[in-house]
Amino acid sequence: MTTERVIEAAGVRKNYKGGTEGAGLNGFDLEVTAGTVTGLLGPNGAGKTTAVRILSTLLEMDSGTATIAGHDVRKQGGEVRRRIGLVGQYAAVDEILTGRQNLVMFGRLNHLGRAKAVNKADELLERFSLTEAAGQAVSKYSGGMRRRLDLAASLIVAPRVLFVDEPTTGLDPAGRIEVWSAVRQLVDGGTTVLLTTQYLEEADQLANRISMLKEGKVVAEGTPDELKTQLGSDWLDLVLTDPADVPRVVELAGPFADGEIRVHDVRVSVPVKDRTKALVAMANSLHEARIEPEDLTLRRPTLDEVFLHLTGAAA
Amino acid sequence: MTGLGWALADSWTIARRTLMHWRMQPGLVLFTWFFPVLMLLMFGGLLGGAMEFPDGSSYYELLVPGIFALSMLFGLEGTMTAVTTDVSKGVTDRFRSLPMSSAAVVLGRCIADMLDSTVTLVVLAATGLALGWRWHEGLPSAVAAFGLLLLLRFALLWVGIFIGLTVKNAQSVTMVQVLVWPVGFLSSAFVATSTMPDWLGTVAQWNPLSATATASRALFGNPDPSATATWIGTHAGLAAVIAPVLLTAIFLPLSAHRFRTLSR
Repeated sequence: MTTERVIEAAGVRKNYKGGTEGAGLNGFDLEVTAGTVTGLLGPNGAGKTTAVRILSTLLEMDSGTATIAGHDVRKQGGEVRRRIGLVGQYAAVDEILTGRQNLVMFGRLNHLGRAKAVNKADELLERFSLTEAAGQAVSKYSGGMRRRLDLAASLIVAPRVLFVDEPTTGLDPAGRIEVWSAVRQLVDGGTTVLLTTQYLEEADQLANRISMLKEGKVVAEGTPDELKTQLGSDWLDLVLTDPADVPRVVELAGPFADGEIRVHDVRVSVPVKDRTKALVAMANSLHEARIEPEDLTLRRPTLDEVFLHLTGAAA
Repeated sequence: MTGLGWALADSWTIARRTLMHWRMQPGLVLFTWFFPVLMLLMFGGLLGGAMEFPDGSSYYELLVPGIFALSMLFGLEGTMTAVTTDVSKGVTDRFRSLPMSSAAVVLGRCIADMLDSTVTLVVLAATGLALGWRWHEGLPSAVAAFGLLLLLRFALLWVGIFIGLTVKNAQSVTMVQVLVWPVGFLSSAFVATSTMPDWLGTVAQWNPLSATATASRALFGNPDPSATATWIGTHAGLAAVIAPVLLTAIFLPLSAHRFRTLSR
């Protein structure tokens, strides 16, 4: 496996005039190695889409540098566009045309000959399980089918780098799973993917490496496991019946807490590292103290908590 | 293939997309082609009886070229809607991320809309001929008249592309569509401007739509009481060339600029 950097961005800045159209970038750095999937994770307004639009030459940066496979996105836009595929936030396919007509048209615009464009279209329809719907207008497709067609359209010329911007936003769970499996296929085929998402779970499922974005800057970077360790922890949530028990429960939870315990009314949230052990020990302590909680649950950290953790701001 | 060759090939691919839309939605496209026919029949029927011409000719002699010009103006709505829809749905972005000529995105639209307007004119002319409208100055003159009408359409195309790239959502397009009507009516399309109050007649005469309507009437040999008295009335032919050229000179660079600043 090579360690060639196919995406390199350093100190990218972008301010929108008026500031209403989207989040800017504020010294954005990124390095992506060939053949990997990198997840760009962050909440709405963190600048994910802006980063993708700049790297795919759709948007000009104010300052900084960025290259795709060694080609400057500012000065060699044509060279960059020959090497990338882009799947935008909404399925950017023609809704009136059929799936096949869309793919043939995009094939022609990628300068394939007519016969080659038709062959490629059929091959991609097959690969994304769209053969049956190939002759139907895209307006009749489900959300998941549209995204798959969108993915297919961006793979016509086997791009070096594929940008996938929030591929499952607005999809139902079934559509999400369809798109995930389609993205996994690409990865097995060796395509380098830069994926943006606001779902921790999605980044976890698909990405080898995750860069966390906040206010236009990467604030943490690593493999999903590294980040999780770095971010701690699952949460043990207790809901009590009697507010008077809260101080006692906080005291009991002290030994298992891996970080600051949060209290909100009768809810006590304890960050824990060793899930099962903490749950059993907590249950035992409560039993001994004769406190019967209304609810006792283990849960994964939410993205909000991840960000709070990263920025050191307590809730 | 050379850069220019690819630009043309890409433009044709984009234009063909619209032709495929026609095939996929025949009802919709037939409606847009027959809407001007409906207006011709409606206004001909509503106002025709009230119109009297000194030489006893039919109202359709005046109205048909007027509706020709009006349909060129209404074509603007189709251009705007298509451009705005592509931008808001991300299709324009997909095109811009491809290694294709970026001018082709706009040129393809241009080719498709000119074809669309040509069909509109053919359908309207056939209806006009069935209703008794004729050209009287020979085929070359008639062809020149159609050329002037398409020149106006070409100019309005760039206005449409500019507005379509500027407004960014379909609701604003509706607003512009409403404004198209007064521009259409405040012209010599339906009645001679000499029948209007002086100030209104002057405004209507200077409407580029009137210049094209009046000039094409002259080339078809149809009567037009507007073609008198004032400077603009006697120089309609000149105005029908200059106004579209001016509009194009203003809005083509503006559209190109807008297209480029999609990336800012």
